[in-house]
Amino acid sequence: MLKDITLGQYFPVESVLHRMDPRFKIVEIMLFIVILFAGDSFWILALGTVFVMLAQRLSNIPMKMIWKSIKPILPILAITAILNLLFIDDGDVLFQWKILKITEGGITTSLFMMIRIVLLIIGSSLLTYTTSPILLTDAIESLLSPLKKIKFPVHEMAMMMSIALRFIPTLLEETDKIMSAQKARGATLDNGKLTERVKALVPILIPLFVSAFRRAEELATAMECRCYRGGDGRTRLRKLKAEARDYIGFAVCMLFLTASVLMNILIK
Amino acid sequence: MSVIVDAKHLVFRYQETTDEDQSPKQTEPVLKDVSLSIEKGSFVAVLGHNGSGKSTFAKHINAILIPDEGKMYVEGMDTSDEQNLFAIRQKAGMVFQNPDNQIVATIVEEDVAFAPENLGIAPEEIRRRVDDALKAVKMYDYRKHAPTQLSGGQKQRVAIAGVIAMQPDCIVLDEPTAMLDPQGRQEVMETIRRLNREKGITVILITHYMEEAAQSDRIVVIDGGKVLLDDVPKKVFSQVETLKSVGLDVPQVTELAYLLSREGISIEQDIITSEECVAALEQLLR
Amino acid sequence: MNSLSILETEELTYTYSAGTPFEKTAVDHVSLKIEKNAMIGVIGHTGSGKSTLMQHFNGLLRPTSGKVMLDGQDIWADKKKLRDVRFRVGLVFQYPEYQLFEETVYRDIAFGPKNMGLSDAEIKVRIAETAEMIGLSEELLGRSPFALSGGQKRRAAIAGVMAMRPEILILDEPSAGLDPKGREKLLRQICDYQKKTQSTVLLVSHSMEDVAEYTQKLLVMNKGKLFCYDDTPAVFRRTEELCGMGLRIPQIADVMHVLRKKGYDLPQDIYTVEQAKDAVLALMRKGGAVC
Repeated sequence: MLKDITLGQYFPVESVLHRMDPRFKIVEIMLFIVILFAGDSFWILALGTVFVMLAQRLSNIPMKMIWKSIKPILPILAITAILNLLFIDDGDVLFQWKILKITEGGITTSLFMMIRIVLLIIGSSLLTYTTSPILLTDAIESLLSPLKKIKFPVHEMAMMMSIALRFIPTLLEETDKIMSAQKARGATLDNGKLTERVKALVPILIPLFVSAFRRAEELATAMECRCYRGGDGRTRLRKLKAEARDYIGFAVCMLFLTASVLMNILIK
Repeated sequence: MSVIVDAKHLVFRYQETTDEDQSPKQTEPVLKDVSLSIEKGSFVAVLGHNGSGKSTFAKHINAILIPDEGKMYVEGMDTSDEQNLFAIRQKAGMVFQNPDNQIVATIVEEDVAFAPENLGIAPEEIRRRVDDALKAVKMYDYRKHAPTQLSGGQKQRVAIAGVIAMQPDCIVLDEPTAMLDPQGRQEVMETIRRLNREKGITVILITHYMEEAAQSDRIVVIDGGKVLLDDVPKKVFSQVETLKSVGLDVPQVTELAYLLSREGISIEQDIITSEECVAALEQLLR
Repeated sequence: MNSLSILETEELTYTYSAGTPFEKTAVDHVSLKIEKNAMIGVIGHTGSGKSTLMQHFNGLLRPTSGKVMLDGQDIWADKKKLRDVRFRVGLVFQYPEYQLFEETVYRDIAFGPKNMGLSDAEIKVRIAETAEMIGLSEELLGRSPFALSGGQKRRAAIAGVMAMRPEILILDEPSAGLDPKGREKLLRQICDYQKKTQSTVLLVSHSMEDVAEYTQKLLVMNKGKLFCYDDTPAVFRRTEELCGMGLRIPQIADVMHVLRKKGYDLPQDIYTVEQAKDAVLALMRKGGAVC
């Protein structure tokens, strides 16, 4: 059923990584990505692998889940690898057949790219696995709050994101129901030509939009009744608070950053 | 007892624009001269068929709608004065029919915190209010749940907690049980009654269900934008013919007493519970 | 009552999310025979499996095991015929007004019949008949469904399924959210429809008062299992068991039940106010209780 789709991919278990301040986690993951893309030696990737393995250990996220996050990008990985293999002409030629030529440089580059992408995916999945969507929203709001000074609607954006998160499961369930109701009237949704299929969506989409607007209107009234008046003067139940473990985590990240910068310089 | 809601000659009409000329069409008023005062701590049920004006009246209590004529006072504050808006909405909370469309957050306790957050209350105090409100509706154990995991009755109780967290003196509930199953209805009714009894919160319950209205201290029947009946449940339900004529019903036991009396049998006409009915019938049959 | 059955289930079982920790058997080995030309109530508290069962009757859900048979034919034997099954077994969901989408009420009601491949002339006749039975005036048919009142929208949506003239019509809480008068009127119209079309109507309801008033048979679900499928009075006779599964009996039946227990000689099968009045009058004429 549609409503079984998990949102984001939060994996609720207890761990240090789960408890860490989401703001720190976002900043750290961004640093990690920068390191991955700035570095150009296998040493950096090795360092990144150690970093990711350490994080996985701390997160209590089972390896099965990590594998699940990589699986969907396997085709992309394969394409990247093949393109690099075929088109990079660098170093000793290892194999040649007509115009196809595989070189040593091709193999190293494609390996390098593959590992880089896998690390990137695992790193960002660890962020979404250990942070609930609502905390992510809060963290983004908090990180972007300096932009309020230039009149950027930070609060409004965050409010929209959290309302969207709240209503996506509800609307998915509703879609399910409308589809069943129209099927019961003989609507065919899964066969026919493309134009017919598009036409078949009308009986689903119109009721869905009508309902979404009705919900929006009712929600707006309900929010007003609960004294909502925008972000000014609003307090929060949950304050994001950095604790010792967040600073330690950040220090560790800085250590990795320094190590990778040093490596980059030394190897060149 | 002091008066908390005081409606004085309310008149209200919805502005409708016709398709052709976009000019406001003068429509029949939905409320025609409604005067009503509700005492602090009471439990008032408002009955009326769809389109009778009862929901429109409810929306006047917390200034979602402002009367075209007449005045509405909540704790002495005039709802037409913009400056009173938030004070009124805090004093008179509102719960709506569809529980899904009034829950804002993805976690129960965050939703309950929504109103206090809007009021700019300190985080520690919000925490305390949220916990108290959730305990008051017996949903504390579900504080970390997502609303989508809850039943209709539970969602509606969360919505009530979200209002309680403002520490209102009065709650207006607009058909809160219309979309619930019997169990959910019972949960919500128990919650409302408990809040009224134990916390002294004034309850104004708009409903279609006669069993629910029978549990109140006072029933106001609205029809055609006017107050038709206004009395204690026993007195209101004994007016079987009047109620039926405006599309309402009476509890089955009340109807039985009415039918028997029409057959010339003398039986009290103010029976509203099963126990009363059993007792009255026993007297007849003895 | 006609004893010829039209729809049968054989050991029908449906399990949600099989093989995961969330596994739940919503319908558990249900075998029953639904007869032609009958008004049947379907009761059971939320989560009893009644809605899941109903969605099997027109092939929206496929049984995990067991069979659903329409006129002796397994509806899943030929997947291509499934659409025909849906025309023969009409299903109206709860709050059906949320499925309205066409520009006019007329065109919305015509959606199902059109999918059946009926001619425009035939559709016109059916819509006119259906609109009359369900109480939609001709003037309303030309309007946008979104401009109607709540009760009218509900009727338009129900008419959309009725116009397919299904042999079995299933309505999931058709009167939910309507006011008392609206409820009564709609249920009466559904009864009239059943009588006129001689079809089978399944009325899923939480209101014991309504099923007592309008149905001849009751299908009771409890925890995924078929508790019983019997004549309405026979089901209400099992008061204690019904209460045990969280279902109430009508208030008036409860009062009669209490009086009977106290030794008053009242007949068993009283579950409407009208019946109660007659019984009390009869007993009074006889000279009261025989204790």
